[in-house]
Parts: sequence; C-alpha cells; structure tokens
Amino acid sequence: MITFEHVSKVYPDGTHAVHDLTFDAPTGKLTVLVGPSGCGKTTSLRMVNRLIRPTSGDILLDGESTNGMDEALLRRRIGYVIQHAGLFPHRTVLDNVAATPRLSGASKRQARLIAGELLERVGLPATFASRYPWQLSGGQQQRVGVARALASDPDFMLMDEPFSAVDPVVRSQLQDEFLRLQREIGKTIIMVTHDIDEALKLGDQVAVLRTGGKLAQLATPEELLTAPADAFVADFVGRDRGYRSLGFVAAAPGLVVRSEPSVPIGSSVEDARAATDDDWLLVVDERAHPLGWVEPRTLRAPISFSDLNLSGTVAHRTGTMRHVLDASLSAPSRRGVLVDEDGALVGSVTAAEVVGSLAEIHAAGVTTGGTAS
Amino acid sequence: MNLDWIVRESDSILVLLVWHLGLSVVPVVIGLAMALPLGWVAHRSGAFKSVVLGTTGLLYTVPSLALFVMLPSILGTRILDPLNVVVALTVYTVALLVRTVSDGLDSVPVETVQAAQAMGYRTLQRLVSVELPVAVPVIAAGLRVAVVSNVSVVSIAALIGTQQLGLLFTQGAQLRFLTPIIVGIVLCLVLAVVLDGLVVLLARRLTPWTPRAVHA
Repeated sequence: MITFEHVSKVYPDGTHAVHDLTFDAPTGKLTVLVGPSGCGKTTSLRMVNRLIRPTSGDILLDGESTNGMDEALLRRRIGYVIQHAGLFPHRTVLDNVAATPRLSGASKRQARLIAGELLERVGLPATFASRYPWQLSGGQQQRVGVARALASDPDFMLMDEPFSAVDPVVRSQLQDEFLRLQREIGKTIIMVTHDIDEALKLGDQVAVLRTGGKLAQLATPEELLTAPADAFVADFVGRDRGYRSLGFVAAAPGLVVRSEPSVPIGSSVEDARAATDDDWLLVVDERAHPLGWVEPRTLRAPISFSDLNLSGTVAHRTGTMRHVLDASLSAPSRRGVLVDEDGALVGSVTAAEVVGSLAEIHAAGVTTGGTAS
Repeated sequence: MNLDWIVRESDSILVLLVWHLGLSVVPVVIGLAMALPLGWVAHRSGAFKSVVLGTTGLLYTVPSLALFVMLPSILGTRILDPLNVVVALTVYTVALLVRTVSDGLDSVPVETVQAAQAMGYRTLQRLVSVELPVAVPVIAAGLRVAVVSNVSVVSIAALIGTQQLGLLFTQGAQLRFLTPIIVGIVLCLVLAVVLDGLVVLLARRLTPWTPRAVHA
C-alpha cells in the first residue's frame, strides 16, 4: 500500500502544487490520479519516489515512511514508466530492460535472462532483443518501458501518462494488454493521466484532483459516473455519463435476443432476397462471424465485400450494456448484432429492447442506476 | 621540389613528424580529461553556465605566440622546453572541449536522464553509464575540431624553436627554399587527416547504436 498523509508541495514562489493530499493506493490495485493540467497529479506521483520532495506531510510504502530513505535505494524498489518511455538510446532493447535488475544487484547474465522473459511477457518477439530503441515504434518503445519497470520485480509502480504518446488504436491495445498483465502480476500502482476515459477504463479506483492539488473525489470508476461528488467532478467526468456508466453494467441475462436472418458472403441475389423481408440483411463469413449489412433490393450480383455496410458494431453476449446498446444504435437495420465468445452470430436486439431491460435492472436495484445531473 | 634534399633529410623530418604528432595528441588527451569534469560542472550550473563557458572560451582568444612566450615565466620552464607547448595547447583544448562536453551532456534526451534518475541510478553512475555514452557523438565532433586545430597551432611553436614540423617552415623561409615548406604542409595535412579519421573511427566503435545513413 502507498499512503499519502497530508502531503503538500509549495514552490518558493508560493504556488500550491499539491495541497494536503491524503489517500491510500491499496496493495495490488491500480489507483489513477486524474485531473486538468496544473492539478498537481504528476507532482504527486513524483513525490512518491522523491524526484520531488514534499514540503510537508509523508508518503509511506507499506507503512514505512519514505522521508529520509536513501533515494536511490527507494527508487529501485519502485518501477517507473513515463510518457515517451525514456529508453537508453545507447543500449539494446534487452540491455534497456536488464538495467533495472542490474541496479538491484543481479549479474549481467541473470539480468539478461530476466529481461528476455519480460520482453516476451509484454508481447515483444525475441528478435527485438538486439535492436536499438530508435528502430522501434512508439508503441513498441512503451512496451519496453513497461518491461524495464517490471524487470526488477518491484512491489510498487508509478506510471506517468504511459499510453498518451501513441495513436488511439495502439493506445487501446496497450491498455488492454496492460490490464491483462496487471491481473496476473497484481502490482500496487499509481498512474497519472489527463484522459478521464483511460482513468475509468484502467483504474480500480480513481482520484480526481482539482487545480491547486486538492483531492476532489476518490471513488471507483462506476461511482464517479453515477455519483460525482460535486459540479467540478461531474463536469470533468464529462458528458454522456449516463451512457458511459452502462460500460459497468453487464449485459442482462434476461435480454431477449431474437434470431437474425443471415446469408454467407458470396450468396446470390435470389438467396439474399429470399432470406428476409426486411430492408437490411446480415452477411456472415463461413464461420458465422458477422461481416456487415446489405440491402437485398439494391443487389445486382452475388454479395461481395464492396456491397457491405460496415457501420454496425458487434457486441459480445457477455459484454456490457454499453456495447449492446451501441451495437443496436450503430447498425443500419437498428438491430444490434450479438456474438458468442468465439465471435459467432447469436442474434440481435433493438435499442428499445436494451433500454427496456435497463429499466428492469434499475427496478430490481441490481445497480446504483444512472443519476447523472 | 628538391627530392635529393627530402631523401637526405628524411631522418630528421621523421623526428620532427613524431614530435609534431606527440605535441598535437598529448594535449588533446590531457585536455579531454580536464574538460569532462569542467563540462559536467558547466552542464549542471544552470544560470552560471554562460559564465563558466564564457570564461573558458575566453582562453581560446589568447594569441598562441603570446602564450608560448609567457608560459616559461609562469611555469619556470626554459623557453625551448616542449612542456610550454603541451601546456599551451592543453589550455586551448580545454577551452574548446568544455563547451563541447557541456553541449554533449545537454544533448542527452531529458526523458532518458529522468528515467535513469527514477530507476535509482546515483549521480556519478548515471553520468558514466548513461549520460557520457549518449553524449559521445557531440563530444567526438568537438574532439575532431580540437585535434585538427592542434596540428595547425603546434607549428606556430617553431617561432620559439620547439622541435616539430613548423621548423620546416622557418627553415624554408630563412633559406628561401620551397621544398621544406611543401613537405611541412603536406605532412601537417596528412597528420590532420589521419588523426581526424582515428577520432571518427573511435567514435563509431563507441556508438554502434546511432542510426547510420544508408548510402546506395
């Protein structure tokens, strides 16, 4: 556990970067610090490994005060990941990762062995080991950065905007992989981000800071969406709170899924028109995975990929209500496509049916319900 | 050109060449050793940095001949002592390289330095195993200038009679005889090119990690 006890940081010019911050980052959990620029989130993070010294207050690691600890030794106990990875340009990928176990006293051989394992763990092929950082993409560098932080097997990790320097597709992929990794390794993590969506997606708990370094609310992501403490938090969490809070509601087992007519890609015009009376028909591949929608009336030749309308998203039957509702709203037929764990077609639901089942869930008191102001 | 003269004098020309080599290289080695800590101080000294760099840079503006003549009285050496030349050129090398080392350390990406600090490197450990290796390309560029300029400045010491290729110039001028002057110029050029090439090679050996331009 990382404990902040009345921690403040005041700069000589009188600026309060952090003001009387008190909270716990529980063992094995990911705590996200989020807030607008100037809210002191990065300052707070850097006070944990004393890159910045608090003006007053204390930060404890598993109950032990960091005040007066040898700073280098303290830092070796805490993994650190930053925005642009900050890799050593003069060392190979393998030796970059081996640097932290080396600092903790491992032999060169041993450190490289550990580094090799970690590269595999963060999803980098062994062929990358001998490359230099400039030969890697931003996303790959970030993976190396994570591997390096984990290589000394620290109990604690600090992450400063770790995924914000890469494009949205890679970011989402890195986030998913990191969540999976964290479930296996269970480190005690504090992460800083300015991106509320990232905070809600990754955090076990989220601390929202306001300008001047004051804690506005510390809560689970779901609580932040459904019960923001004040207007600042509500505003920061943003619009679409009601909709986004559906991301924390599991797709209801009671949701009535109708069977959806479908034809395989390459079907003839006649088969397509015979399959449905509706304006839109779902097209699947040979494994029954949904591909897209066609309008049978406008077909002139057997269905090809260029005929497909790809606007509809696909939701997993065991996913969240947010995905299910989005699938129904995005499909041109207004019928949301549901698939099973393997991605094969299960059936469809309409937005009205999804909202209806939400009302039932709400009435049954299964969730706290959307009370966004 | 008088080839007979060259053949006849080849032994003494070789002696002058070796002296020239030594007087060029030794000050660079000593100067670099001194510039590393000084450059690090400049790099770390924030607001005072321009003061430190300005002061060392000023040394470079002292005319070399004046330095060669003044040093014996400061050091208590004889006027012909090669030590005067070594000290003078070391002063110039330091003047050049302090800025180079400081620039080199400035060129290390902020994220890299921060990451090293956050990982728990101690200050000296970080300097030796992270900052200096990353600064090598910039430092090597400055070192090339220092080596080549030393080869040329050493010859000025001929005016106070120190053994090196510059003596060929004074000799040629006194005898109104062109051959020694041409030999001196050619050997100085060759020496400069060879030493410059050695610095480049050494820098490449130290930086296998830099992106190399691919030439078709």
